[in-house]
Amino acid sequence: MIKYIKSFTLFELLQGMFLTLKYMFKAKVTINYPHEKGPLSPRFRGEHALRRYPSGEERCIACKLCEAVCPAQAITIEAEPREDGSRRTTRYDIDMSKCIYCGLCQESCPVDAIVEGPNFEFATETREELMYTKEKLLENGDRWEQEIAQNIYLDRKYR
Amino acid sequence: MNNFSYLNDLMIPGGIIIAQIMAVLMPVLISVAFLVYAERKVLALIQLRRGPNVVGPFGILQSFADALKLLTKENIVPANSNKIVFLLAPIITMVLSLAGWAVIPFAPNWVIADINVGIMYLFAVSSLGVYGIIMAGWASNSQYPFLGALRSAAQMVSYEVSIGFVIITVLLCVGSLNLSKIVEAQETVWFAIPLLPMFVVFFISALAETNRLPFDLPEDESTLVAGFFTEYSSASFVLFFLGEYASMILMSSMTVILFMGGWLPPFDIFPLNAVPGVIWFVIKIIFILFLFIWVRGTFPRYRYDQLMRLGWKIFLPLSLLWVVLTAGFLIVFDMVPNSI
Repeated sequence: MIKYIKSFTLFELLQGMFLTLKYMFKAKVTINYPHEKGPLSPRFRGEHALRRYPSGEERCIACKLCEAVCPAQAITIEAEPREDGSRRTTRYDIDMSKCIYCGLCQESCPVDAIVEGPNFEFATETREELMYTKEKLLENGDRWEQEIAQNIYLDRKYR
Repeated sequence: MNNFSYLNDLMIPGGIIIAQIMAVLMPVLISVAFLVYAERKVLALIQLRRGPNVVGPFGILQSFADALKLLTKENIVPANSNKIVFLLAPIITMVLSLAGWAVIPFAPNWVIADINVGIMYLFAVSSLGVYGIIMAGWASNSQYPFLGALRSAAQMVSYEVSIGFVIITVLLCVGSLNLSKIVEAQETVWFAIPLLPMFVVFFISALAETNRLPFDLPEDESTLVAGFFTEYSSASFVLFFLGEYASMILMSSMTVILFMGGWLPPFDIFPLNAVPGVIWFVIKIIFILFLFIWVRGTFPRYRYDQLMRLGWKIFLPLSLLWVVLTAGFLIVFDMVPNSI
């Protein structure tokens, strides 16, 4: 009996309508993406960058740990001693179309040279543009140094 | 000079009629565009999204951008289709959904054709809408449109029966088929109050009649791709779309006229009865349209057997019972309208 009364007075349907009415006045969960951006963790693993010391000297010492650890084998390094005798890379390529953004390269790096920065908006129109070279990575490092340094500082307790 | 009198006899009344038609249809077509926008915005609000907000202020021009996009696209006619019927179907849908506006009274004497069988005309025109859908489904020569068209035919026929009985209950209380008379009969109280169950039945049947959720089985996206207009593109798609939303507005104006007192203010007191009748009419239509969208945002789609069960086993007996009850009530309390 109660069941019939409920269905003929549309009780449950009206309850549902009331619920959606309440939702109409709730705050929206979507953000206006290109104009507004969501928060990122300091550990966010985005586009790669090769960092430099404050003196301008590149950090990478061509130990090739990142190349060895890379599960996607996206990193290719060639190295030889520079004129001043220090060991440096002559080639540091990352195939961004292979990279799986696992972050093992930055974990393995003993000098914090290769890092994954907070940038995730680096879509390209051609595949070739995703074959990052050493110059491109160093340029990224120069461009994002402030954010990267800040993230490393924020995450220092857990490293 | 006789030639000119011929001109006067035919051209001037003709010009006035065309001007009247334009004065009704242009606002209707423009309000369709804003209805689509409002629908997207309200659904977005319910789902905590933003909805269109890029084209124009608050995205208000989104529908116009979409219409332009669709009209500039190629009109694909499937090779195996029956081409004439295929192209005729959207035109019929569109024309029928606009034809009903001829008898809608927007305010006292604001009506193109004040005919004495207005409600019958409206009922007939809204029932004919199924022809456009059946023709589209048949002419597409493809399985999904065909299934959609069959579903639509069965659904519209089922719900028209109960809509017919609901209209009869209203007519019993009015004693006239003229839409303006129906509105004037609600001067004391809107029929939505004494005939509340019939109002609900009419509203739900109107949802089914216009193929709106939760009864949008003819265009059931998850099982029939897009139902009867799967094969349509470009301008013919626009015509279907316009026709569907125009008939939505037509059905809501029918609801307003039958149950919510048309152009009458809710109470006949000073600040309310100073507002022009047409504004009340539009406000009420907007409210009913909001209900249409709100219902869409709330309920899942009915299964086909549930839809038929609701139409034949619940609405039909209920509305039939209410016809008998209303008629008995009117006779017992001697409230039969004089004009019968």
